[in-house]
Amino acid sequence: MTQVDTETELSAISDQGNASKFSFGVLQFPGSNSDQDCVNAIEVLGHEAHYVWHKEESLGHLDAVLVPGGFSYGDYLRAGAIARFSPVMRALADFAGNGGLVLGVCNGFQILCEAGLLPGALIFNRSLQFRSEFVHLSTVNSDTPFTKAIPADQLMRVPIAHGEGCYFADGSTLNEMESHGQILWKYATAQGDVEDHANPNGSVHGIAGVCNKAGNVAALMPHPERACQEAIGSADGQWVFRSLIEHLKDAK
Amino acid sequence: MPDPKITPELIRQHNLTDEEYQLILKQLGREPNITELGIFSVMWSEHCSYKNTRPLLKGFPTRSSNVLVPAGEENAGVIDIGDGLAVAFKIESHNHPSAVEPFQGATTGVGGIIRDIFTMGARPICAVNSLRFGNLESPEVRRLFRGVVAGIGHYGNCFGIPTVAGEVYFDESYEGNPLVNAFSLGVLRHEQIARGAAQGTGNPVFYVGPATGRDGLAGAAFASQDLTEESAEQQRGAVQVGDPFMEKLCMEACLELLATGAVAGIQDMGAAGLTCSTCETAARGGTGIEIELDKVPQRGPGMSPYEIMLSESQERMLIIVHKGREDEVKRIFDKWDLPWAEIGFVTDTGQMVVKHHGEVVADLPAAKLADEAPIYHREATEPEYLKETRGLDLHSIQDTTDVEADLHVLMAWPTIASKNWVYRQYDYTVRNGTMVHPGSDAAVMRVKPDSLPVLSEDSPNRDVIPPEKYLAMSVDGNGAYVYLDPYEGGKIAVAEAARNLACSGAVPLGTTDNLNFGNPHNPELFWQLKEAVRGLADACTHFEAPVTGGNVSLYNQNPKGAIDPTPTVAMVGLIEDPSHITTQWFKNEGDVILLIGESLDSDDPYQGLGGSAYLKVRHGLKKGLPPRCDLTVEKNIHNALRGWIAQGAIQSAHDCSEGGLAVALGECCISRESARHTPHLIGAEIQLKRSEQDRLDALLFGETQGRIIISVPSVFVGKITGQAEVMDIPVEKIGTVGGKTLSIGVDKHQFDWDLSKLHDAWFNSIDRIMES
Repeated sequence: MTQVDTETELSAISDQGNASKFSFGVLQFPGSNSDQDCVNAIEVLGHEAHYVWHKEESLGHLDAVLVPGGFSYGDYLRAGAIARFSPVMRALADFAGNGGLVLGVCNGFQILCEAGLLPGALIFNRSLQFRSEFVHLSTVNSDTPFTKAIPADQLMRVPIAHGEGCYFADGSTLNEMESHGQILWKYATAQGDVEDHANPNGSVHGIAGVCNKAGNVAALMPHPERACQEAIGSADGQWVFRSLIEHLKDAK
Repeated sequence: MPDPKITPELIRQHNLTDEEYQLILKQLGREPNITELGIFSVMWSEHCSYKNTRPLLKGFPTRSSNVLVPAGEENAGVIDIGDGLAVAFKIESHNHPSAVEPFQGATTGVGGIIRDIFTMGARPICAVNSLRFGNLESPEVRRLFRGVVAGIGHYGNCFGIPTVAGEVYFDESYEGNPLVNAFSLGVLRHEQIARGAAQGTGNPVFYVGPATGRDGLAGAAFASQDLTEESAEQQRGAVQVGDPFMEKLCMEACLELLATGAVAGIQDMGAAGLTCSTCETAARGGTGIEIELDKVPQRGPGMSPYEIMLSESQERMLIIVHKGREDEVKRIFDKWDLPWAEIGFVTDTGQMVVKHHGEVVADLPAAKLADEAPIYHREATEPEYLKETRGLDLHSIQDTTDVEADLHVLMAWPTIASKNWVYRQYDYTVRNGTMVHPGSDAAVMRVKPDSLPVLSEDSPNRDVIPPEKYLAMSVDGNGAYVYLDPYEGGKIAVAEAARNLACSGAVPLGTTDNLNFGNPHNPELFWQLKEAVRGLADACTHFEAPVTGGNVSLYNQNPKGAIDPTPTVAMVGLIEDPSHITTQWFKNEGDVILLIGESLDSDDPYQGLGGSAYLKVRHGLKKGLPPRCDLTVEKNIHNALRGWIAQGAIQSAHDCSEGGLAVALGECCISRESARHTPHLIGAEIQLKRSEQDRLDALLFGETQGRIIISVPSVFVGKITGQAEVMDIPVEKIGTVGGKTLSIGVDKHQFDWDLSKLHDAWFNSIDRIMES
């Protein structure tokens, strides 16, 4: 596995001299708990991150929005079911409708599915237990804003921490998603094989993350924002954020 | 409806003795009413007052140059970690509720300890837990185990802190009396330390959190009695129900509020809820408090003053606010959509006055209630059973004839086996602070600037970015050792925690203890407590790791008997530099394996087998004397190891504990895991010396103390052995890292274990039992 050298990366960014910092919004719902990790990840990569409180009706000027992990509203009713009615979600839907980049992680994935911004749904892990461990992710479509910087055949070792992470979509939805390249990541072994045994929660086809048809809204159950520094176990999660940054740079 | 008359029966039902009732009459100068009786009953319960144990606890060392808030002053102790930063930590039990309702008992145990941390003004950054259950063969034990682990996970995961370390023991003595000890640690700057005192006459008193209901009614009193089948059923209502989401909101709001400077005092409503928080804050402030219960948010109509005062509904806080700053409180709690109510004010009478519908229903002296519970000096008698256990003749036990099977069986034994079935249910990565995940000797956390609570706007340190800090923590406590020799067992619990910290590169800073024992009225059980505390105190003093606070849980017994006396010790240490962080598994082929310490202690007639896992598992015995613990030798070894770690010489360090040397070596070879189903197995070739009188089983599985296995690049071996000789520390080369097997040679014997098979036995043992 390629070692990512954070120090080198950061100095590469600052070497660009006047390279501007992109501005990421991180939504905050009551009960979000990985919001801070999203901010931490963006800052490690040398860009700016701001919290956006769930009661806000406008996002302000942002280059991309992250919908973080946690237990918004205590996971009451269903994970993400209440958050999707928050005032800020209207602004998010507009932002996404206009092509803005949105990445959801864990509870963020659940919220985006509940809000209809992504296909499918997340249900209880087949084991009926919370699962917290590092997994390997294989990138299925590397031609998206969320995956373009990930080197070919690069597996990402990132942690999961969820009770309701089993992705489900019916047969016809899955076919459509597959034909449009909407499957982004799958659970794999350390050797890169997408096998049942590598799947921690029973997700159909081992799906860990997806995007919408337009390709600007994506989400995954594993936490790349918790894998941005070797010191805390892995820096592979950086590839996802670097893809976003690269896409934003290309778009300028 | 008129209050019930106070009868001897009613007094007994409240767990108060006749003498205690007389003392109440004397303190009040009159008879109490039912509400007041209830208040005394909870405040003077063992759980709240420590009436049976206070004289013993005085023996603990509680001060050092690093202690900022010592034990006994506030809800948790606080220790300086340098650069203006500090840590607040504590361990607490929730044993009785978990026996009755494992999920809620465990979940509220975690909730309670987290509150104790943020009530000090600290942001909790991690949780750790120590659990004990009966044998897993029993379906009832499996039910309790499953429920407790799910409950702990539920609270920590939803609240949003990583649960990063722990221990689980299975032994028949805990059947019916599981132990659930929950620890949390939080971080703050010195200026952010908050106190639980009701300061300032006229200051308003706020209640924040969900409405008060009838759950957990008199939980403190329930915790202070033996469990019987009858009591379990009746007391189901005494088990509190937790809501981690609510607590998360409550914490964020409280930390935000503390940053405004509007808070004069803050305390969580834990055991004895509104009663304890009002009278303790008044007692600390040397003031009085008056509250009107009509203002307290209530879950249902018609709650009596008794019920409201004794309820242990969770996630509630008591906040004393500087007069004039009430609007800030309201603004912040409204932002977080948290229920709040202004329920009273601080007075200067020293009385705790409770009104209901405008009428006084309780009027009690706060300081007497909080600080003047009776103190008992219980009788202590050396137990009869010790004659039998100390009568064990090692010669009557045949030495091992199948070492290979022995190691397999021990590694698969649930107490020793991998606990991944447990910790894979705990989020251990949230908040990006975990540097060593569950699976090594100690957890290591980093404290980064965003780990800290938000600073007040006018703080002079607003623009000061503190450096990162590295903390290690471990929780330990071998009940079998304490059963066989409470003093030595107590010392070992502390020594083992210190040793685990040393193995991770840390220097001990402080300790918190949870004393889990049986009925203190039984002189033999009280003797266990007394001696264990003496051992803990001596060891904490020696390691310069003062006790910052802790918990006592007594009456852990049921008609079948008492638990093994089990003091659990959680120790926190500081690692100077991230390059010193060390883990337990072997790293590189070719590294040399050294053993620090001596395997066979000539002072130990049981050669390390007394009270050992091997004796239990292979011979069904819990007898003998536990291994001896020489605190001076231990400390020297830990210091030496830290020195070598700082020199960059150490690749891995792992201490010998349950299962002895062979088990520890096995763990060094197979315990590394980088992801799901991705273990990193690495072999070792070991050659051990043995003299004629050494038993083979003692050499391999004896639990002699003060031993650490280190792996070192060969270039460093000379330096280490040379320095060890100068320091008079026994260090010996025992082998080399490499190969596909664990291979141990003793004299002409050669024992080999296939690593995959060993790993499977160890890693999947508990999963097989629980998921079949």
